[in-house]
Amino acid sequence: MPFRKHQKLNQTMKQAEFLNTVLPFKDKVFRLAKRLLVSTDEAEDATQELYLKLWKNKKKLSDYNNVEAFAMTMTKNYCLDQLKAKRSNNLTLVHSNYTDDNVSLQRDIELKDSVARVHELIEELPEKQKLIIQLRDVENYEYKEIGKILDLQPTAVRVALSRARKTIREQLIKQHNYGIS
Amino acid sequence: MELASIEKLIEKYENAETSLKEEAALKTYFSEDIVAPHLEQYKAMFTYFQESKEQRFTKTIPLRKKTSNMWWLSIAASVAVIFSVYFMDSPSGLTASEQEEAEMALLETQKAFQLISQNLNKGGNVAIAGLSEFEKAQNKVFKLKK
Repeated sequence: MPFRKHQKLNQTMKQAEFLNTVLPFKDKVFRLAKRLLVSTDEAEDATQELYLKLWKNKKKLSDYNNVEAFAMTMTKNYCLDQLKAKRSNNLTLVHSNYTDDNVSLQRDIELKDSVARVHELIEELPEKQKLIIQLRDVENYEYKEIGKILDLQPTAVRVALSRARKTIREQLIKQHNYGIS
Repeated sequence: MELASIEKLIEKYENAETSLKEEAALKTYFSEDIVAPHLEQYKAMFTYFQESKEQRFTKTIPLRKKTSNMWWLSIAASVAVIFSVYFMDSPSGLTASEQEEAEMALLETQKAFQLISQNLNKGGNVAIAGLSEFEKAQNKVFKLKK
């Protein structure tokens, strides 16, 4: 029995250690999941699922010198799989059904509108650009890190990022001009 | 920061050539209330990025699957069933004194039944003796007939 007790103590130690390494980036995982899955509920489920997977693979985690990048890659793969499964089930999301409740109150209603519009425009981007915008402009990762997470060359990351940024701004201008005329 | 340098940075930003430090400078500039009118779109973009980063994961992180809870639940349920069956057989609904009383009553009843059966046996013996007398008589009669 004392052996068992010892083992249990050891396990809780490991658990604390595990949580200390993986919890700091839980919000980033959640935000990436939400960027891809759109709905908050699904992103929360995905985050929980991902941490379960990380916990199961905890022995392998020490092999990775960058656990965060590894977790972000896992999140991306998991969410893309989820989306694929959903599409094959013919349960495509109607994105316009979701309203973004995260845009806080702004004095300027017009600005608030365009901020909400940015959200929609990012949603319309191809998945790769969506991921890169999220990782760079929201999470502020280095190009090298993004390349590692997405398994891309840093130059490919820059090209896609530039395209995404330009698209968003052009669409905003288009909408703005349309509003005036 | 001067408008000219902001414009330069914006150009670099569009081409994805800015460093994280330069992007942070842009973020600071666009978080101000008044920006150059022709850069209005960037304010919306940077405001959105800033606000997106404020989203938090508020749920708990379970390190065990929900199904494992169900597993424990099923064990608990079966244990409960076994115990309830076990206790249904024993008269656990009585207090100690009630049980004693019941046992006394059982003894008294047994005694009474014993008394009855003894006396019945007595009567039975008498009756059987009577029967044998009758049989004797009957034999005599049948003998005569034979």
